[in-house]
Amino acid sequence: MKFAIQINEGPFTHQAADTAYQFTKAALENGHEIFRVFFYHDGVNNGTMYGVPPIDDRNVQAMWSELAEKHDLDLVVCVAAAQRRGIMDEDESNRHGKGAANIAPKFRISGLGQLIEAGIQADRLMVFGD
Amino acid sequence: MSTLHTVNKSPFERNSLNTCLSVVRGDSTVLLIEDGVAGALQNTTASASISDAMGKGVKFAVLGEDLDARGLAADRVIDGVSVVDYAGFVQLAADHDNVQSWL
Repeated sequence: MKFAIQINEGPFTHQAADTAYQFTKAALENGHEIFRVFFYHDGVNNGTMYGVPPIDDRNVQAMWSELAEKHDLDLVVCVAAAQRRGIMDEDESNRHGKGAANIAPKFRISGLGQLIEAGIQADRLMVFGD
Repeated sequence: MSTLHTVNKSPFERNSLNTCLSVVRGDSTVLLIEDGVAGALQNTTASASISDAMGKGVKFAVLGEDLDARGLAADRVIDGVSVVDYAGFVQLAADHDNVQSWL
């Protein structure tokens, strides 16, 4: 079965970012397909590579990047939500004169159309948030 | 059309479980996750509403990992509520026609 995942919460708000990751991992382990993971609202905070949590804390961004590397996941960060929160790729950073990009490996910035497409293409859209 | 409802907030903190139970239909399942697992416990002010919904045919499940993370033993869970793991969560999502997250 094809799943799409929507995450509306950052890694240090409550538990939804972790639940979404564990669900995605379990779905892949059980032979399902993940059509796309869409990071929306505060969920875009999962996609910065400048987060340095303490060594004894989980690093949700790194967990996603590794899982995406292993399973070739499409991790999409909402552009409007990302701009508000300072999550930028090279192009966005240049466009806004910020001087540095911070989007994490395997994440990409795109628009809400990607969420709509995921909702249409996937058999189930799973929403995780606060 | 069967629906899997997920509730991730404690019924003692928010009213999302009650809102969910007010619309849930007999062919559907309510899965309690994150702080929502508190709703699955016996002898609380929320227990009766779950038992009532069970009487109408609604099925209930609770995420075992989230019970464990809160030190809540599975034997404190209301009879008839099944304890599932993340693979079970995935299976429930696949087995129902839709998924509704009550956030």
